[in-house]
Amino acid sequence: MTDLRIEKPSRRLLLRGAAAGGFLLALRLPPARAVEDAPKPKFGADAMPHGVVNDPLVFVSIAPDGIVTIICHRAEMGQGVRTGMPMIIADELEADWSKVRIEQAPGDEIRYGNQDTDGSRSTRHFLQPMRECGAAARQMLEAAAAKRWGVPAEQVSAKNHQLVHAGSGRTLGYGEVAAEAAKLPVPKPETLKLKEAAAFRYIGKGELPIVDGFDITTGRAKYGQDTILPGMLFAVVARPPVFGGTVETLDDSAALKVPGVVKVVRLEGTPPPAKFSPLGGVAVIARNTWAAMQGREALKITWKDGPNAAYDSEAYRAAITETARKPANVLRKEGDLDGAMAKAAKRIEAEYYAPHLAHATMEPPAATVRIADGKVECWTSAQSPYSVRGELAERLKVPLEKVSVHIELLGGGFGRKSKCDYAIEAGLLSKAMDGKPVKVVWTREDDIQNGYYHTVQANKLEAGLDADGKAVAWMHRSVFPTILSIFAPDPKHGAGFEVGMGLYDTPFAIPNMRIENGAAEAHTRIGWFRSVINIPHIFAAHSFVGEMAHAAGRDPKDYLLELIGPARIVDLPIGKDSTEFWNYNEDPRKYPVDTGRLRRVVELAAEKAEWGRKLPPRHGLGIAAHRSFVTYVATVVEVAVDEQGNLSVPRVDVAIDCGFFVNPERVRSQVEGACVMGMSLATKSAITYKQGRVVQSNYTDYEVARIDDAPRDVRVHIVPAGLEVPPSGVGEPGLPVFAPALCNAIFAATGKRIRELPIGSQLKA
Amino acid sequence: MVKLRVNGEERAYDGDPAMPLLWYLRDELALTGTKFGCGVAACGACTVHLNGEAVRACATSMGDVDGQAITTIEGLSPDGNHPVQKAWRAINVPQCGYCQAGQIMQAAALLQQTPQPSDEEIDAGMQGNICRCGTYQRIRAAIKAAARGAA
Repeated sequence: MTDLRIEKPSRRLLLRGAAAGGFLLALRLPPARAVEDAPKPKFGADAMPHGVVNDPLVFVSIAPDGIVTIICHRAEMGQGVRTGMPMIIADELEADWSKVRIEQAPGDEIRYGNQDTDGSRSTRHFLQPMRECGAAARQMLEAAAAKRWGVPAEQVSAKNHQLVHAGSGRTLGYGEVAAEAAKLPVPKPETLKLKEAAAFRYIGKGELPIVDGFDITTGRAKYGQDTILPGMLFAVVARPPVFGGTVETLDDSAALKVPGVVKVVRLEGTPPPAKFSPLGGVAVIARNTWAAMQGREALKITWKDGPNAAYDSEAYRAAITETARKPANVLRKEGDLDGAMAKAAKRIEAEYYAPHLAHATMEPPAATVRIADGKVECWTSAQSPYSVRGELAERLKVPLEKVSVHIELLGGGFGRKSKCDYAIEAGLLSKAMDGKPVKVVWTREDDIQNGYYHTVQANKLEAGLDADGKAVAWMHRSVFPTILSIFAPDPKHGAGFEVGMGLYDTPFAIPNMRIENGAAEAHTRIGWFRSVINIPHIFAAHSFVGEMAHAAGRDPKDYLLELIGPARIVDLPIGKDSTEFWNYNEDPRKYPVDTGRLRRVVELAAEKAEWGRKLPPRHGLGIAAHRSFVTYVATVVEVAVDEQGNLSVPRVDVAIDCGFFVNPERVRSQVEGACVMGMSLATKSAITYKQGRVVQSNYTDYEVARIDDAPRDVRVHIVPAGLEVPPSGVGEPGLPVFAPALCNAIFAATGKRIRELPIGSQLKA
Repeated sequence: MVKLRVNGEERAYDGDPAMPLLWYLRDELALTGTKFGCGVAACGACTVHLNGEAVRACATSMGDVDGQAITTIEGLSPDGNHPVQKAWRAINVPQCGYCQAGQIMQAAALLQQTPQPSDEEIDAGMQGNICRCGTYQRIRAAIKAAARGAA
């Protein structure tokens, strides 16, 4: 781990950098020698730990009966990666999908390349290497058949699981030459003959059912919560109710009397910055989950609450709102904002607020660890298999090669399962039980009250309009506790990767602009949540666009297009510092900010939604558009608000330009789901604190959208793209635009402007 | 001693009668298709059939199921081809899939009672089952497809 690698942060590198003790320093002050012979900046997959692997012998094996087994090295959490990645290999391999089996890779990045399944990166980073894998395997089969027949390799072609000799029409099945093929040299990448897009049989079609469909619908699919091993014990943990708290006194006598309870174990917390360390507390280990839960109920613990004991959401909100009213760190400046504001014919301003959120994955975190013969084995649902392995090795003081991590299906991830505190807990508890297998089960209450939380945010926006209503000045200032706070001591401002999500990167063609970020302290564990800080930034920015259009007396869609301006590449200084443009760590030459593409999704969504159509009374249409995870999305929401203030969403039209796409069926499902999650956070969900404690405890008070209040009809319109348009993110970019599109629709329907999430009962006043 | 039938098999249980059926199914019978989601009957991930009716296994105690017949997702059909399961696959309903066993059990019970449910009846019948991935519109479509016998 060199300091230089810290300069290309991924979610995990941040952790490693912090672990090396020099994260912030290294980010800003690279060693002098590195400046002298500054290496070319690395982007995309090259900048990720262990990069990519395209070796067919790693990912593909073919049995004598022709069954092709393809390794999926990324974690499946509903995004469809276990269907999508193998589909790419199978297509280039000319494999018959009915003869393909999928095997999930353990945590091993040396072998498979990067496995951090986050940041909407799987297709973006692995389309090309997976194609190369499949094509290389195909060419090896062709070469083996040619050798068998004694003909030139050029005369042999693979077609739908068969090798065909052009001259004679002779054929061989894949299984018949697989063993010989595997002994041949792997062709060099430059000799690979990748398919033309027109030749794809699976890619781009969206016709294959998801690979786990049968197992999921019959109850056979295994998740981290489902691990069962012989002699296994079950644990639940009483964790400090306040972040940073510790156990003061413990009386476990009643707990130990609960039938089935085997042992009570103290777990030490880690002083901040605690990264992905467990919170500490008291574990109850029992013969089944219920007994462990009963035992935990019977514990008598007094907690020392520590430095966050006074954390109170209302007071904090007032504080960050006040901060957002004052000048702050200037990240980006265009023109002369103050001068333009002074001359503007009309000035408007608004404040927006969005609360903490919990991921609330349907599967609460769980992990099982067994230690035997010096080997540590873990079964869990994790987005970061190799981090789990590294953390277990470090905590249990065993060499990395003695640790294996099996990745089960994830019952939802959304960023929560990028943080492996639960797997470390399982490791520590197995060790405390002399290596017996221990499954740590998080209850829903644990998940809601001891998680990592989406940041809370205050935004202040100001705009100046000229006499024609045209925007001449834009000021956007956000204040939020940073994710860096779990990695570094007491940071006060957002990182480049945070302000680069919907604040710094505004593409608007406004001549005078100032982008600012104010200071805030974290009092709980702040962590990545699907779409991350795009959510509050875009809620604020695109609600404000609606307010500007209204102030200008213009149609909101036309006004949005005017703000985006003409089709062009927005040139921003690329870098990791918060005064530079992060660009999702992608090369700006490959993934520029292209306002032409942003305009196109706006136009497509508006066209498909029949923007301007006549609506029933108390219905309204709202629009928002944003580039995130290097993908362009525009959403039009139709809302209906009845006389009592109950809202419903009969229809949503989403246009998404994610470049070249592999599985449009899963693109659609991800976007449909993003709209439902958008509905949850826009209308219902909030985590609040009193006396340092999370107020909510379960789905009863941390509410999420249900079938009767979810958007009724989400229509997803995918912009077609050829292979020349690099693939971009899909899992996350559908989410940030939903809330502002909904709030703009509510304004159109009712004249009421929402400036605070969730909407809750605001329309009922 | 609690005697019950699970997926057609006779079972006997002599532990704490207050233990929810969920943990008996998962931890003792290793029938992990029935999922733990909330523990308070608020999400529906643990939905099973008790004498043919959908109930939440997390809020049904072992003492309450003495002499009763329980069907879990593993026992819904012998070959995984219940019309609801087929419709779910035809429409590619699942994303992460964790809630889907509960959704399918709820939907199967709904269709048993209301073979041709309206949108409102689907809302009322499925309202207790959360899907955090947001597959609701496909769930609705799959229930309608199963009702039509289309899958």
